[in-house]
Amino acid sequence: MTDLIDLTIHEASASLTQGEFSAEELVLAHIKSIETQRDLNMFITETPEVAIQGARESDLRRSKGMALGCMDGIPVAVKDLFCTKGILTTAGSRILSNFVPTYESTITEKMNNAGAVLLGKSNLDEFAMGSSTTTSFYGSTINPWRSKKRVDLVPGGSSGGSAAAVAAQAAMGALGTDTGGSIRQPASFCGVVGLKPTYGRCSRWGIVAFASSLDQAGPITRSVHDAAIFLSAIAGYDAKDSTSVPVDPLDFEQSLYSGIKGMKFGIPKEYIVENMPAEITKLWEKGITWLEDRGAECMEVSLPHTKYALPAYYIIAPAEASSNLARYDGVRYGIREKGDTLDEMYQLTRAKGFGDEVQRRILVGTYVLSAGYYDAYYVKAQKVRTLIAEDFVKAFKKVEAILTPTTPSAAFCAKEKCNDPISMYLNDVFTVPASLAGLPGISVPGALDYNGLPLGLQLIGKPFEEETLLKAAQALEEGANFGRSTPKGLEV
Amino acid sequence: MAYTIQGKTQEWEVVVGLEVHAQVTSKAKLFSGASAAYGGAPNSQVSLVDAAMPGVLPVINSYCIEQAVRTGLGLRAKINEDSVFERKNYFYPDLPQGYQISQYQKPIVGEGVVMLDMEDGTRREIGIERLHMEQDAGKSMHDQAPSSSYIDLNRSGICLMEIVSKPDMRSSGEAGAFLRKLRSIMRYLGTCDGNMEEGSMRADVNVSVRPLGSSRYLTRTETKNVNSVRFVMQAIEFESNRQTVAYENGDSVIQETRLFDSQCSETRAMRAKEFAHDYRYFPDPDLLPLKLSSSFIQKIQDGLPELPDEKRDRFMEDYELKAYDAGILVADQEVANYFEDIAIDHDPKLSANWIITNLFSVLKKLGCNIVESPISASDLGELIGLVEDNTISGRTAKEVFDTMIDTGKSASDIVDEKGLKQISDISQIDTIIKQVLTDNPKQLAQVKAGNAKVIGWFVGQVMKATKGKANPEIVNKLLREKIK
Repeated sequence: MTDLIDLTIHEASASLTQGEFSAEELVLAHIKSIETQRDLNMFITETPEVAIQGARESDLRRSKGMALGCMDGIPVAVKDLFCTKGILTTAGSRILSNFVPTYESTITEKMNNAGAVLLGKSNLDEFAMGSSTTTSFYGSTINPWRSKKRVDLVPGGSSGGSAAAVAAQAAMGALGTDTGGSIRQPASFCGVVGLKPTYGRCSRWGIVAFASSLDQAGPITRSVHDAAIFLSAIAGYDAKDSTSVPVDPLDFEQSLYSGIKGMKFGIPKEYIVENMPAEITKLWEKGITWLEDRGAECMEVSLPHTKYALPAYYIIAPAEASSNLARYDGVRYGIREKGDTLDEMYQLTRAKGFGDEVQRRILVGTYVLSAGYYDAYYVKAQKVRTLIAEDFVKAFKKVEAILTPTTPSAAFCAKEKCNDPISMYLNDVFTVPASLAGLPGISVPGALDYNGLPLGLQLIGKPFEEETLLKAAQALEEGANFGRSTPKGLEV
Repeated sequence: MAYTIQGKTQEWEVVVGLEVHAQVTSKAKLFSGASAAYGGAPNSQVSLVDAAMPGVLPVINSYCIEQAVRTGLGLRAKINEDSVFERKNYFYPDLPQGYQISQYQKPIVGEGVVMLDMEDGTRREIGIERLHMEQDAGKSMHDQAPSSSYIDLNRSGICLMEIVSKPDMRSSGEAGAFLRKLRSIMRYLGTCDGNMEEGSMRADVNVSVRPLGSSRYLTRTETKNVNSVRFVMQAIEFESNRQTVAYENGDSVIQETRLFDSQCSETRAMRAKEFAHDYRYFPDPDLLPLKLSSSFIQKIQDGLPELPDEKRDRFMEDYELKAYDAGILVADQEVANYFEDIAIDHDPKLSANWIITNLFSVLKKLGCNIVESPISASDLGELIGLVEDNTISGRTAKEVFDTMIDTGKSASDIVDEKGLKQISDISQIDTIIKQVLTDNPKQLAQVKAGNAKVIGWFVGQVMKATKGKANPEIVNKLLREKIK
């Protein structure tokens, strides 16, 4: 029998149906995998008891012929930004280091209802603010991939714990959230698939908010097919989230293999950035070939306002964050530092509760919303956002999806960029425009660079056309033939 | 007649604008399903949203939207089909989110108007600038423990309407009339119960003064959170006098936020720190812009009840009442109903008079409202009927009315029991008159000598002999004929 942790969700689900092994065995294999890789610091909280209990229930259902579907009995990791009832939920922050929700996020509830089994709450940048999973109060996560020089690399972020766990075969799939690239960028750095659905496709209820107009939950998996399975389980309208969109739920697996013959892809010329490593350009060109080999047509498109996306994002996201994080004031939950006055209590609680990056973004956000600056920054950034969305609308009149690199570099070493916020922010240059436009995007592993590190390609789709996006991603995956390249496989 | 303040050097005009916070009548809160009822045990009506737990999201209560639109239509205001909820950011322990969801640049209701009928018969039109919706904050309690404060979040998230008037009022009297009229309209609409003592309505009072005849607005002050009509009027009087004195002494008035101290009927300046906020308003990204369809608005319009102004006009037309009396009767919908229940069968002016003069004073004494009145409309109607058909005199009716209140018995029962039925039988009265004249020859001589006053004395004697039951008109007439 193959090692159970080598399987994809799709494969494991078939085997569970066939009775080749039990969900409990599958879960135990993953718990063991987690235990042997604790040095990577992928989880803030491990929940083996919850997982084993869930697996037993799944086996019982299956024995009665009442299995719930492809996710039933599948062990997964959940970014510690999703509120989980009765389980510590920290957002990677000291300020929530004692917070145990009395409620379950809509997405994890859907996941639970689909029979998936929670292995633990994965590490992340504090409040999902970062591209490296180095800003967590619980320490940095280390990328399971190592360069030939054998130095520790970041897994990307903010869903770095989730991406690392999937790459390290410590979970079959994981939930992440993406605000400006927080699913796609770590997926690219860890050589796995990361899907950010259309804004409004998945409920935000119960996800600790970073930037409400951008935050979106999505799956990180080891195959495009698994992403389709996972998305089918979590997508859907939620009356508790006014920004979720009432569209009919879809079976995203349905047309996955129907091919891309005659499909048109856009190659945005503005995504050719300065100092981009030649290897990334090369991979991008390969991506075009892979699509064309399968009968698709690739053409240049223009997204003229791309260069304003990053500055607009770093105004809008911190502005919303500065307000969203005001509730962490030490009054009702979370940690409280004692002060002699109310103001002193606020100051000490928030100074000690939040890390540097979170404080930086709160300050930036507060500044751009302040009287006298609001029009120059926030209002202008919103106008830019509208222009960027219009760019995509125009491009999508000609093409059905857009192909870009996911990131301008491979995973870097923690010391390299983490002291320079601006260079860190540049990581999101290819992922942020789709976020601002609310569009679905998926990162698919393309190739390994000269250092043996994975590089991803990103496909951006039309709103609520994840089905088409996944079909294209499936074709790209086949072309790349990245296969079962895993960090473990590399070391053999 | 314009109200002015006579200063040492000149006359001053008072300029008042009000921002009224009215709690929307709704079972649930604006963005959560928690109960909005008054008087629950502390923190017993708090949802995850009201406590601003991590990751939870607000969802608009559509009934509250309907109520705001209904109120806007009642104020004859423009309803904005597109409006936006924004966040007003500031830190306070009773504000769990760290921001209040409110409306700022795009309120749900635009310009409207409130008509005031003043006691002197004049009519004043007060402009409404806007009406916007917002959440209430919780309540801080600083008197529960020596070294800490307690928070009650029951109010957190309750739906308020902020109704902003134009600076159109020129006296405390007009401001009082405006508040009472606004409350009356909202009670008719069922959109706010207007109970100021329960905090359902409170006002921020903007006051400035200017030399009479000037059309320029001078610096205004804002007195926050005044919670009764009387206090609003006192605050205006205090502020306008304070400002007048300041100007006349060559001082200036500072634009500032003030508090009303109800103990000494004064306003005092808040410390700058207490209100110097930069609220950093921005559209709430958790809520989509609010879009109302014209059919939604039309449906609410079609369902509006007859409002006080229309009812007053109808009362003047149908019942030939004076404007001021009609205005009094329609101020409270229940009073208007009570009146109409009687006026449908009886003389409207007599009915209005009985309600305004006699019933109101009883209700005031008993401290109850018309619904709790010890005398029902049909009971009072019966009494009025007995006057109308001359069964009893107006004077007797007043006595019967008092007995009705004391005993709860019906008017006809009391009249029967006490034998109060008026004697209108001429021969019976004639007999009594003859007897009285015979018994009092001295007085009769006085009358005959030309002392007309003594006729009144005879009337009194006849009434006394009949225990007040004789129809006084008939007695008068017959006496004069006899003595001639």
